Amino acid sequence: MKIFRSHVLVCGGTGCSSSNSALIKQRFEEKIKELNLDEEIQVVSTGCFGLCEEGPIVIIYPEGSFYARMTVERVDEICEEHLLKGRIVRKYLFDESAREEKIKPLSEVEFYKKQKRVALRNCGVINPEDISEYIARDGYMALGKVLTEMTPTEVIQLVKDSGLKGRGGAGFSTGMKWSFAAPNQADQKYVICNADEGDPGAFMDRSVLEGDPHAVLEAMAIAGYAIGATKGFIYVRAEYPIAVHRLEIAIKQAKETGLLGKNLFNSGFDFDVEIRLGAGAFVCGEETALMQSIEGKRGMSRNKPPFPANKGLWGKPTIINNVETLANVPQIILNGPGWFKSFGTVKSPGTKVFALGGKINNTGLVEVPMGTALREVIYDIGGGCPNNKEFKAVQTGGPSGGCLTKDHLDIPIDYDNLTAVGSMMGSGGMIVMDEDNCMVDIARFFLDFTVDESCGKCTPCREGTKRMLEILDKITEGKGTMEDLDKLEKLAINIKETSLCGLGQTAPNPVLSTLKYFRDEYEAHVLEKRCPAGVCQSLLRYIITMDCKGCTKCARICPVGAIEGKVKEIHVINQDKCIKCGACMDACTFHAIIKK
Amino acid sequence: MIKGLDVRANERQFIELKEYIDSIRQSQGILMQTLHKAQEIFGYLPIEVQKFIAHEVDVPLAEVYGVATFYTQFSITPKGKHKIGVCLGTACYVKGSQLVLDKLSKELKVSVGETTEDNEFTLEATRCLGCCGLAPVMMIDGDVYGKLEPKKIPEILAKYKD
Repeated sequence: MKIFRSHVLVCGGTGCSSSNSALIKQRFEEKIKELNLDEEIQVVSTGCFGLCEEGPIVIIYPEGSFYARMTVERVDEICEEHLLKGRIVRKYLFDESAREEKIKPLSEVEFYKKQKRVALRNCGVINPEDISEYIARDGYMALGKVLTEMTPTEVIQLVKDSGLKGRGGAGFSTGMKWSFAAPNQADQKYVICNADEGDPGAFMDRSVLEGDPHAVLEAMAIAGYAIGATKGFIYVRAEYPIAVHRLEIAIKQAKETGLLGKNLFNSGFDFDVEIRLGAGAFVCGEETALMQSIEGKRGMSRNKPPFPANKGLWGKPTIINNVETLANVPQIILNGPGWFKSFGTVKSPGTKVFALGGKINNTGLVEVPMGTALREVIYDIGGGCPNNKEFKAVQTGGPSGGCLTKDHLDIPIDYDNLTAVGSMMGSGGMIVMDEDNCMVDIARFFLDFTVDESCGKCTPCREGTKRMLEILDKITEGKGTMEDLDKLEKLAINIKETSLCGLGQTAPNPVLSTLKYFRDEYEAHVLEKRCPAGVCQSLLRYIITMDCKGCTKCARICPVGAIEGKVKEIHVINQDKCIKCGACMDACTFHAIIKK
Repeated sequence: MIKGLDVRANERQFIELKEYIDSIRQSQGILMQTLHKAQEIFGYLPIEVQKFIAHEVDVPLAEVYGVATFYTQFSITPKGKHKIGVCLGTACYVKGSQLVLDKLSKELKVSVGETTEDNEFTLEATRCLGCCGLAPVMMIDGDVYGKLEPKKIPEILAKYKD
């Protein structure tokens, strides 16, 4: 094997790829060749490093130099200075790395220091398109151990003992799930990996698939052995082209290497994996709907029981695990349940990956032990809200979760704690909101999402969420009454109790939690016809300030002739005529028009 | 009124689709994959293509139509030359992607989901694209534009006109 003195790791995750990381990698390769260093230095495209805000990211080892916000133009200088002459180019480093005299390597940067990477251990470290790099990091050793040293019952017991819970949202014990499917007799059983990551703002599953696809394949084979299944399906969103591409490569390489297919590790166990693409339906993240979709039908959920473990895909016993859950499995097998339980809380062992987004400085992916306080994630790792704005709320769990306030910041994050305060873990999306976000508008936004994504099978979800949205629309337009708030609450509780599947049962959560914690904002909309955050368009007033120079531009552009004023005099907007289109504000070159 | 698809003029495409179906015929539940492929070939799923698939895959046309209209990524109407998708995921939304969408709608004079009269642009609101670090984000024909502001829109659109 070739030994390189230095490695240039370029992030090839979706975030960085969207800002041209492929071109950056290409330029590195060209320049390194030009400098005749291509025998000494290797350029590797890896999975996501996590700190997407600072992308595109390039890390150079052995120093661990963290170059942030890279551009193609900077590549040549870094090659000539750093790679050729050994002088780190300080000015292009991530701010925090270069702040002090001694340059901080990646591992000591605040964002990474508090993290514990289990599911993401290989993301941003290995080349996901090369199976030998995965194998070099103990890849497929867990599968080997399971097939050669353990019985299926022992595997299930081990996973049960670890206390691993499903990372997709509901938090059901993974070992238990496997134990339900194992004793069922059938000519065929299935293992499904649920990679239909639909929660807006959650992208951990995508990052695992992009950065470490073999971990998921290995875990699926382990699950297959445990329950007696020989066939696996990965159901992945079609919106994730890079993840799909890397999975295809991974499956091909695993088959060529004999780590998928017939008679694995000479144990007589066969396991094969096939990819199935979704087509943009949020409800397909729900397990019964997902199976319908794999069968080629409309993704509509059905009643449980029968549970998939008894009657699943094509009526056969099936287990469905989420991507992040599976990514933990090989590590648990190799290091034992005791190791896994050494992180996290007693009830929720292990780590959890969160996708930080919204009004936060360090947008990205973080993996922390369960039980870490929200405050640590949002402030210590996430760096708080940008532009000195005040933190208002954090939304966890996507459209099924709720909004939490600054009073909840010290809650240790785990499944039970989040549910107790009216939100949920969900898949781990964490969207931070500041003083400029209107909570009524956010509730309306999520309802709009669920109304659109409801499959339409059961009435509470199909009709109920629609009625709720109508009421919320009314409130944001300033036409709401206090009775509407009571109606909203009543409807929400009914929908929660009577919906068929998880989508409907959790859809009212964003409304209920905002009603509970931000009632004053609802009341301001209803009683004072005012949107305190200045978001709800119908409740805003456009006003011309003293900065007006009287250029008449606004008056000329106003489509309804609502602006009056003479040349070089301050103009005035006639509020009765104004349709709040905002054209005047866009047109004003002096920033003299504000909305309030 | 949408014109029907001229089957004869598109014979090559139908052959390509048939070859694909033949290659996966032995698997179970192939309707979704077939629709994906058909949309890739034809750009959308006209009724003529749905009939062809129903016949080839041996499922009732009603079911093909049901699946094609259930999933948002399948379209039974033709799309414009350039597809614009504005991300309305939560991270983008809290950072103002609705304002970006409104601006596009105003500039192109179409509502969300519609195609401009000259068939140049189709404007869509998409689900989370997953590059939340670049929020708010939109995608035009596979190119991602991040950290958007409504005032940047006309300049970006100009690149795709004519």
